[in-house]
Amino acid sequence: MKRELLKFAAFAVFVLLLPLLFQGGYLMNVLVFVGINTMLAIALNLLLGYAGQISLGHAGFFGLGAYLSGILTVSYGWNPWQAMPVAALAVGCLAGLIGFPILKLKGHYLAMATLGLGIIIYIVFNETIDLTGGPSGLSGIPNIALGGVTFDTDVKNYYLIWGFTLAVVLFSINLANSRVGRALRAVHDSEVAARVVGVNARILKVQIFTLSAVISSLAGSLYAHTMTFVSPASFGFNFSIELLTMVVIGGLGSVYGSFLGAALLTLLPEFLRAAHDYDIIIYGGLLMLMVMFMPGGLVRGIPALFRKLFKPGGGAGHA
Amino acid sequence: MQFDQLLQYTLSGLSTGAIYALIGIGFSIIYNATGIINFAQGEFVMLGGLLTLSCLDLLKLPLWAAIPCAVAVSTVAGLLFERLAIRPLRQPTPINLVIITIGGSILIRGLAMLIWGKDTHSIPPFSGDEPIAIGGATILPQHLWILAITLVIIAINKIYFYHTISGKAMRACAYNRRAAGLVGIDVRRMVLFSFMISSALGAVAGIIVAPLTMTAYDVGVMLGLKGFCAAIIGGMSSGIATVVGGLLLGVLESLGAGLISSGYKDAIAFIILLLILFIRPQGLFGKADSERV
Repeated sequence: MKRELLKFAAFAVFVLLLPLLFQGGYLMNVLVFVGINTMLAIALNLLLGYAGQISLGHAGFFGLGAYLSGILTVSYGWNPWQAMPVAALAVGCLAGLIGFPILKLKGHYLAMATLGLGIIIYIVFNETIDLTGGPSGLSGIPNIALGGVTFDTDVKNYYLIWGFTLAVVLFSINLANSRVGRALRAVHDSEVAARVVGVNARILKVQIFTLSAVISSLAGSLYAHTMTFVSPASFGFNFSIELLTMVVIGGLGSVYGSFLGAALLTLLPEFLRAAHDYDIIIYGGLLMLMVMFMPGGLVRGIPALFRKLFKPGGGAGHA
Repeated sequence: MQFDQLLQYTLSGLSTGAIYALIGIGFSIIYNATGIINFAQGEFVMLGGLLTLSCLDLLKLPLWAAIPCAVAVSTVAGLLFERLAIRPLRQPTPINLVIITIGGSILIRGLAMLIWGKDTHSIPPFSGDEPIAIGGATILPQHLWILAITLVIIAINKIYFYHTISGKAMRACAYNRRAAGLVGIDVRRMVLFSFMISSALGAVAGIIVAPLTMTAYDVGVMLGLKGFCAAIIGGMSSGIATVVGGLLLGVLESLGAGLISSGYKDAIAFIILLLILFIRPQGLFGKADSERV
């Protein structure tokens, strides 16, 4: 645990010092998105990597957080600090309710059911025009303010978002190393075995699903308040797949892996401007290659590759 | 609500439903042979339509030759997909299979976007577009083609699975892969066959629906999901139950779109999907002993 804390401290220092390198350039804006996506990838990873339960509908929870925050602040004049927890609570309740029937399903069936859920939420965003503005979106969402400081520039937003992201990172590391984390891994390996040793697998799965949805909702609220504009296109099926790609590329069951995956997939399109329309092909190819050749993700795959390259005869241990 | 209108919605629902049924049968065939839900199923539907277009426009083939040509190419695509993506998988856990078939579907869709661009394309109807009046409703000749071709394919399907050695071997794999292997059935080849058959079925569905709804690189997602929904209603059977599931879904969707709101048309299918999965995961007609939950 002490090593974990040191690792986290190093990561936090890295994150806090990073803006000094860029002096508020355009890349700062991209790094804000890296933060949001890291939060989302960790949320999905808690479910997929730790508990072994897939979700192809997480963009829906992300969107619900964003829209609830947006609607409460724009149409009802709430303060963002009130809207965010209320949105998270509402999304948590929804996830908890739907979690019981949906998590009874396994594997492919769970994937399809969560996918269906995500698409239903997406359709609702598009169709409830009075509430959400429909396909043209909802604008004029206020920035977050704290003690006289309004978070309206990229640099300020960077610290705001990454403050939350670091909190989520720390929380997730703690969770993974706790009794709950061990129980989750037990459920992942064998639900029956986990039950035999006294883990209430059913409740646990619903709890982690709910937690994952709440974190996603929080990320959504932050997204809405930093972007000040939301539209359904950001919360469709493709974004759920993008999140899945981040988690798989980074490494299932690794918090820092999620950061790596989120950073890679957020930065990559910026450097591949020319290939803008074709990034989807790259995602598809990456997903397939990773599952085939590096099922542990970059976090485990790269060290394994190094061992293989530099220690001939030592054999490549599969971490 | 007038009877004419109801009849109209039902008739057009039946023909869309037939499409869902064909795609759904494709899902079931692969699922039964391998336990895999092929998320790339819809992409073969898209390939069918767009390949026909290319055969017509680029190769200048007549329609009757373009269709088998497109089906053949899609079948080869299905074969390649199994050989290059599914078979080499070292850890075929359900999650890895979900991810790899999703990856495959994105890749195929992306490549289609490269080849055919983002525009929607249309294919000429098989025999004109003179509406036919039935009762107070009208349908297009293409609707009849869809229903007729679906019927023929279901019949062929039945004959294949019950009256040929290869079809019986495939059913044996569905019951118990290990036992099938022990009596000398080449299970891997059957898996390959299942991918080929269902990509061919998907392609046919994509071709016969294209004259009605137009086609584009991204039509596969929705059609694939609706097909899956049909298969779920039918309890993943590769026979008549999935056909009924598809028709039911098509009609409900069409009625829902007509009577409630067309914006929520797609949501109806997914709400049905979720309800069936929650309440009767064995399908509408199945017994409760299945291993699907």
